[in-house]
Amino acid sequence: MEHLIVIVLLSFLAITAVAIVMLHDLVAVVMLFGIFSLLSAVIFLVLDAVDVAFTEAAVGAGISTVLMLGTLALTTPKEKTSPRFAPIPLLVVIITGAALVYGTLDMPRYGDPTAAIHQHVAPRYLERAPRETGIPNVVTAVLASYRGYDTLGEVTVIFTAGVGVMLLLGSPRRQTKRKRGKR
Amino acid sequence: MFVAATTAILVTMALALIRALLGPTVYDRVLAVNMFGTKTVLLIAVFGFLTGRPDFLDIALAYALINFIAIIAVLKFFEYGDLGQSRPSRARRDRT
Repeated sequence: MEHLIVIVLLSFLAITAVAIVMLHDLVAVVMLFGIFSLLSAVIFLVLDAVDVAFTEAAVGAGISTVLMLGTLALTTPKEKTSPRFAPIPLLVVIITGAALVYGTLDMPRYGDPTAAIHQHVAPRYLERAPRETGIPNVVTAVLASYRGYDTLGEVTVIFTAGVGVMLLLGSPRRQTKRKRGKR
Repeated sequence: MFVAATTAILVTMALALIRALLGPTVYDRVLAVNMFGTKTVLLIAVFGFLTGRPDFLDIALAYALINFIAIIAVLKFFEYGDLGQSRPSRARRDRT
């Protein structure tokens, strides 16, 4: 049943992707991007990557939809179509895709317990995380305890980015003053 | 029983997807996305019970919140053309 659900969801994903390429109404494309993100989130969740699925749903279906709509409001909701066929970009895409597929051939089989990634530190985390950290979810234990400094660095980067954006945009009061001055 | 529910939800998802693809107006598509989000929430909830992990119900609740906030933001955007407006009265005055 699980496989069947994934197959159905992946075919929905393919249909949505083709529709995104074919449609020229960009508002509709943004809406379809939202559906695409929701579908990806469910697929991640079915594959047991709950945290990735959360990020995908919050960023993909939530904030990026609004950001893209904001961009459309500043530009135009119609796509500029180029009628002539461009062979070189198509060739580049096909070659890159083929190289990526060739690269996956060397990877261990999906869910292979003898793969390198399952042999390094994962068994130790799985064995000792609940006892050493007291956190029932192992992913949370790894993120917040074993890789605590790494996560702290990430949070610092995001905080700095947020401060930078706020400095660039300015406080709302100063903006209204400037507007009044213009009038 | 959960298998039947999952099938029904997947069929509804397909119908919502078709409406999002065809939808003549923007609001059809917004409604389709909203419905798709709701079906996502339901699918996650049912999938949790299908695979014997009822803790997925909490995740489904969080998805419901994300979906709700996203649709509110999109609709506010279509109504005012801007997310920066805090007071709707001012936005209406600006538009006229």
